[in-house]
Formats: sequence, C-alpha cells, structure tokens
Amino acid sequence: MKKFFAQAYIWFLLILLYAPLVFIGIFSFTESRVMGNWTGFSTKLYGNLFSGMMQGDSALMAAVKNTLLIALIAAAISTLLGTIAAIGIFNLKGRKKAGIQFLNNIPMINPDIITGVSLFLLFIFLGFSQGYTTVVLAHITFCTPYVVLNVMPKLAQMNPNTYEAALDLGATPGQALRKVMIPQLRPGMISGFILAFTMSLDDFAVTFFTRGTVGLDTLSTYIYTDARKGGLTPELRPLMTLIFATILILLVIINIRQARLAKKAANK
Amino acid sequence: MTIKRSSWSIPYLIFLLIFVVLPLVLIAIYAFQDGEGGFTFANIARFFTDSDSLSTFALSLEVAIENTAICLLLGYPAAYILASKDLNRSAVTVILFILPMWINALMRTLATAELFNVFGVTLGKGTLLFGMAYDYLPFMIYPIYNTLNKMDKSFSEAAEDLGATPAQVFRKVTLPLSMPGVTSGIMMVFMPTVSTFAISEFLTNNKIKLFGTIIQENINSSMWNYGAALALIMLVIIGITTLFNDEDEAGKAEGGLI
Repeated sequence: MKKFFAQAYIWFLLILLYAPLVFIGIFSFTESRVMGNWTGFSTKLYGNLFSGMMQGDSALMAAVKNTLLIALIAAAISTLLGTIAAIGIFNLKGRKKAGIQFLNNIPMINPDIITGVSLFLLFIFLGFSQGYTTVVLAHITFCTPYVVLNVMPKLAQMNPNTYEAALDLGATPGQALRKVMIPQLRPGMISGFILAFTMSLDDFAVTFFTRGTVGLDTLSTYIYTDARKGGLTPELRPLMTLIFATILILLVIINIRQARLAKKAANK
Repeated sequence: MTIKRSSWSIPYLIFLLIFVVLPLVLIAIYAFQDGEGGFTFANIARFFTDSDSLSTFALSLEVAIENTAICLLLGYPAAYILASKDLNRSAVTVILFILPMWINALMRTLATAELFNVFGVTLGKGTLLFGMAYDYLPFMIYPIYNTLNKMDKSFSEAAEDLGATPAQVFRKVTLPLSMPGVTSGIMMVFMPTVSTFAISEFLTNNKIKLFGTIIQENINSSMWNYGAALALIMLVIIGITTLFNDEDEAGKAEGGLI
C-alpha cells in the first residue's frame, strides 16, 4: 500500500514535469501558428525544418549552428585549460591552493545574470566589440570550473610516481604527459567536456549579455527574441521534439550498454 | 630542466583574475560612478528611495523563497522515495527526473505558459510559482537524492533495532543526515530563482516584473551605472546566502566529530 502511494506520487510528479514536453511533441504534428490550436495532423513543420536545414539560410538554423559551434569550441578550450589548471592546482599546497579553488568556485555559485552583467562590463571596460569571440570567452569562463572539478578526483586517484618514473626512464615531460598522465585523466576530462558542452548549450543569460549588437543568435536568444515579438516560430516545435527524442534514445542506449556490462561483470 | 607542475595553475589563475575577479570589481566600480566617471552614492541611494525598485526587490525575494519552499516540499518526498530500496527499484525513474533539463529552459517555460492558456488559467503569480517549480524541481530532488542514496543505512537500522518508530527514525536520523543535500538543493533553487529574468515575464505575460528583469532593462538601455548598482545589491544577497550555507556545513562537520 505504501509502495503504491509512493509510486503514484512519483508518477504524478513525472506527468506534471513532462506535460509541457508532451504538449510540444503533440503540436509539432500540426501546422497551426500557435500551440494549443489543433488544425489537423500534418508533418509539414518537419518538412520545413529539414528543407531549412538543407538550404541553411533560415535564422533558426543559423541559431542552431551557432549554439552547437559555440558549445563545441567553448567545451574544447575549457577542457584544455581546465585540465592543465587542475594539474597545477593539485600540486599546489595550503593557502595558494585554497585561494585558487575559491576563485574557481565563484563562476559556479554566481547566478547567470551576474556572470553576464559582469562580463558585459568587462568587455565594455576593455573596449572589446561584442560578438562571437566574447560569447565564447564568456562560456569558457563558466564552463572551465566544471572541468577542473571533474579532473581533480582523477589526479587524486593517480599514482604520482608513474609520471616521475616515465621521466626517469627517459621520457620528455611532453611524452610523460601524453603517454602516462593524460590516459589516466581521460575519464575526468571526458565527463568535464560533456558537462561543459551541456552548460554552454543550455545557457541563455550569459550569451544574452555578451553577444553584442551584431545580430548573433543562439537557440536560447532566438527563442527569447521570438517569444517577445509574439508567437514562436512553429518550426521550433519539431526541432525541440527531435532534440528530446535524440537525448531519450541516447540515454536508452547508454543504459542498455551499462546493464549489459553489469551482467557481463556478474557472470565472470 | 623540468618546470614545476604547480606552475601549471598560473595560466588559469591569470584567466580567473581577468574574467572572474576583474568583472566583479567592475560591477562595484560602475555601481559607484556617475555617467561621467565621478564617484557617487547616487545609484545605490536611488534604489533605496525608489519604491518601485524596492517593491520589485521584495517581490523577487518572496517569489524565490516561496518557490524554494514549494520545491523542497514536493522534492524531498520524491527524493526519499527514489532513494529508498523498498519503494523504488529502478534507476530509470531517477534519470527521468533529470531528462527535462536537457530541453531548453525557455522553450519549456513557454510551453508551460501555453498549457496554462489552454486550460484557461490566467497568468499571474500563481502560474509563476507553479511554472518555476517545474523548472527547478529537478535541482532540488537531485542533491537530496544523492545524500540519501550515499547515506549509511545501518544508522536507521540501528535506530529501528533500538525501538524507534518509523517516524522517529525519520525525524532523528534520516532527516538530520540528509541536511547537506537539503542545503545544497536550497542553494541550487534559490540562487537562480532570485536572479531569474525572462522566465518570469513568459509565465506572467509581462504582468510581474522581477529584480533580474530590472537589471536587464537597465543594462540594455545603456543605464550601466544603475544596472551595476542593482547587480551589486543582488551580489550581496547571493553572498549572504552562500555564507549561511557555509556556516551550516561548518556546524555539520563539528557535530559529526562528537
């Protein structure tokens, strides 16, 4: 009985949580301009989305491309910067270590709007014209701390003598880094990269304040401007549905693989 | 000659100084400057004498506190059920709670507002609270679930063996041990809600303006100095909240030693 109520509660919350997403999904299969107005089944919006993708000239597609490209660049640079930083911080001691870790925490604690406004003022102060570069720099700022946090535990697990041993056996520091250190840090770097990538994809406020007036749009700022103009581009509905379906499928695949691996481990 | 590896933190330190410390200092500098760059208290004074700004500020705090409370009330039981081996055996339900976060928050919010419209609910403070609870509930559930999941079950079993009723076990063992998760959940919900903009406009059809929106409006209309002053005030609120959290955790650590 207790279990029944518990499960019912969980499903109640999940239904509430998923209602807007299901709503978007359902209304991706009709042509009406606004959600909530069913004008008969149609896959025209999907067709529009794909033909827009083929031609690559629609503002929505440009926004999607910007979002992905910015996230990719920011996550890659953050992973590089964060990994080097983590190695450095790990080898620091005492107050210096605590100090830099404190600074590393600030972008994670700060609300987006503060990060956005403060970086906006920085770029004004430095006289940078705002656009693509400033958005990427801003994204690196709030992504790197997550990479540092993901790589640090891997450094703690690593036997510090392996790196020294490689040096003693004649490896150059570069070789020792590439062949000994990086392979052991890789899981942390990968999870840091994924986290940085998703943080960048999701961002709205920081991009909003640092994109300047050159007309640069990511998916978030596109949706914001669109909604303020009144009425969302209908093609956003199939786009969101496809994104959600992709993530769902990816998660299912990952889960099945993990279950299989667990089974294999159990059989051994 | 090999370089000392601790020096590898230097590039990042420089990066942090330029992109984290300097921008925050700039907020403070701009907040105390007039249009010509002279020192002034006028921006801060303007906030404390403008009844509109003050009431928006009060409303933002109120909404953030209420939203955090709603998320805690809804989220704690959910996290408890998800972490309990007797009540829930599937890891998939946990993932299901995190999954919606992958969909653009603005898009989700707009769909929520549209759903309210379909059901004929007038957009206002009620829909604002309800809609924000949608957006932030996963941030409350996840940290609480994590602490409950990692918790050593032998404590509650010991309490049971020693004759505690299930309610007593929960009140005296489970709840106190889950407090670190609760505080980080509160932080993760309160911080973004007190500073939110855009979401509040969408959920209320521009009827309710929150503090974040005024900051954005001032910055966007080139009133940087007043915008910076408002941002500084928000920064103080954030700082105070973080301090509470730290104290709480320090208290926990001491308590754990006894």
